[in-house]
Amino acid sequence: MFGYNLENLIMKKPVIKVETSVEAHPKQSNSRRQFLKMGGLAVAGSSLFLYGCNNDDDNMEPTEPGMVFDLGSGDLGILNYAYALEQLEAAFYTQAIAGSYYAGASAEEKLILKDIYDHEVIHREFFKAAITGAVSGDTSKVLPELEFDFSGVNFGNRDSVLGTAMVLEDTGVGAYNGAGPLLETAAYLTLAGKIVSVEARHAAAIRSIFLPGDTEFAGDDVIDANGLDKSDLPPVVISAVVATGFVVTPFTANQLPTE
Amino acid sequence: MNIIKFLDEFTSESLTQKVSSRRDVFGTFGSLGKKAALAAVPFGLATGSSKAFAQNGTKAHEDPLNLALTLEYLEAEFYIRALDSGVLPAGRPENVYNQISKHESAHVEFLKTALGDVAVAKPTFDFTVGGMFDPFNENGIGQETAYAQLLALAQAFEDTGVRAYKGQAGNLMGTPFLKPALQIHSVEARHASEIRRLRASVLGETLNDNALGWITLNQRGPGMPAATQAVYDGEENVTQGGVNLVTATGFDATSVSQSFDEPITGDQAVAIASLFIVS
Repeated sequence: MFGYNLENLIMKKPVIKVETSVEAHPKQSNSRRQFLKMGGLAVAGSSLFLYGCNNDDDNMEPTEPGMVFDLGSGDLGILNYAYALEQLEAAFYTQAIAGSYYAGASAEEKLILKDIYDHEVIHREFFKAAITGAVSGDTSKVLPELEFDFSGVNFGNRDSVLGTAMVLEDTGVGAYNGAGPLLETAAYLTLAGKIVSVEARHAAAIRSIFLPGDTEFAGDDVIDANGLDKSDLPPVVISAVVATGFVVTPFTANQLPTE
Repeated sequence: MNIIKFLDEFTSESLTQKVSSRRDVFGTFGSLGKKAALAAVPFGLATGSSKAFAQNGTKAHEDPLNLALTLEYLEAEFYIRALDSGVLPAGRPENVYNQISKHESAHVEFLKTALGDVAVAKPTFDFTVGGMFDPFNENGIGQETAYAQLLALAQAFEDTGVRAYKGQAGNLMGTPFLKPALQIHSVEARHASEIRRLRASVLGETLNDNALGWITLNQRGPGMPAATQAVYDGEENVTQGGVNLVTATGFDATSVSQSFDEPITGDQAVAIASLFIVS
C-alpha cells in the first residue's frame, strides 16, 4: 500500500553516500565539504551534495564553486525552507503537465493537476517575492533557483505521476505542520497556515483519485488515532527529500531553529 | 464552563438579537478576535523574538482550544447523526462520512484531554436551524434533499473549521498546543477537500471551479444556502504578506485566491457555530 513516505521514491541506486569520516567525495574541494547539521546534532558525512541518478555518477556542482547556500537561521531559514519545498513541487508539476500522462488524462484529472500546478507556482513566486522583500533585496540571503532532476519519474505513467504527487503533497503538509511551531513571527505563521491547508486539500484530492478506497483522502496511514496529521521537523523532511535525488543544487540547513 | 457564557463572551452581537453586555471581551479573554486577520501586515523580518507568551496567571491556549472544541463537538455530533440517519447512500458517501466522523470524535477527545477541567461542556445542537433544514430527514423532507443538505452542511462545517483553526494559530504561539492545532487544521482541510468533491459529483458539477477541493474567490458554490456565505467571505483575498499576487505572478484572481485559505476571527467562527447551538 502506498504510504506517505518519501522513501517510496528512493531510486534503486543509492544516491547519498553516507561517509563516516570527514572525507567528502573525492571530486569535491575542501572548501565545498559541508555537513548537514540536524539542528544542533552534527551528522558527519551526510551531505546535501546530491549525486545524480545517472549512470556516470557525476558529482553535481554547486551553482558557484566553493559557495553553497545555507537556508539561514530563524524565520528566514524557515521561509527559505518552505520556498525550497515549493520550488520542488512547482518544478514537478511543471513537468507533469507537460507530460504524456497529463496529455491523455481525463478532464477531471487535468483540472486537478493544472490547478495544483498553478497553486504551487504561485506559492513559489510568493515566497521569492516575500523573502526578497523581507531581506530588503539582499539576494545573497534568498534561496537561489534550484535545479531539479525528475528523471526518476515517468511522466507518461499515471501511477508514477500521481504517486509522486501524493508523496510530495503529504510531505508538504508534514513539513509545514512541523515548521509552524518553529516560527517566531505571528504573521509568518498565518501565512504558512494559509498555504498548508491548501496543500492538504491537494493531498486529499490526489489521494482520492489515485488510491483505491474511499477513505484514503485522509487515510489511516497519515492520520493517527487522535485524528492528527503528520508533523515533521525540517531535518526529517530535508533528509527524505535529499534521498529522492530530485534536488540537484546543493544547499545546507545548518542554522534552522530546532524548537 | 457553560457553553453559552463562553460564546456570549466571544460575540459582541448575538444572532438571536439578545442584548449582550458590552464587556470588553478582549480584555477578559485576550485578543482572540483581533489576532486572526493578518493579511495586510507588511512583510518584514522581526529583529527579535516576538513569540507570544501567556500572561501571568492566564493560559493562552484555553480560549483558542475551547473554540476549537466547540466546533469539534458540532462536527462530531453532526457526523454521528448523519451516519445514523439513513440518509447517506451506501458506498463512498457513507465511507467518507465515517472516516471524517472518526476523526472529529477523536478531535473532541483530544481537545477535552488537553483542556482538562476548563473544557467547555458539549452544547445542545439544532442542525435544522429552527426548521430551516431537515438534514437527517426527521421531518419528511425526503432522502434526496436531506442528502444535499448533509453535503452542504458538511462543506460549510469543514471550510469553517479550516479557517477557524487558522485564525487561532497565532494565539497558540509559544504554547505546546500550536503543534497539534496545526495537525488538526490540515486534517480538516483534507475533509473539506473530499466533501467538496463528493458534493460536486452529486450535483453533477465535475469539470469547473465548483468541482474543486479548494475554494475559488468567495464562492460558496451552487446549492450552498445563502446563510453559508459568511463561511466564504474574505476568501477572495489575493494580497499576501503585502504582495498583490495577481500583479506579481500574472496568474488570475481565481488561481491566486485558490492558493491560499484565509483565517476567520474567533468572533466570526462563533457567529457561524451559534447558528446551530440552542443551549
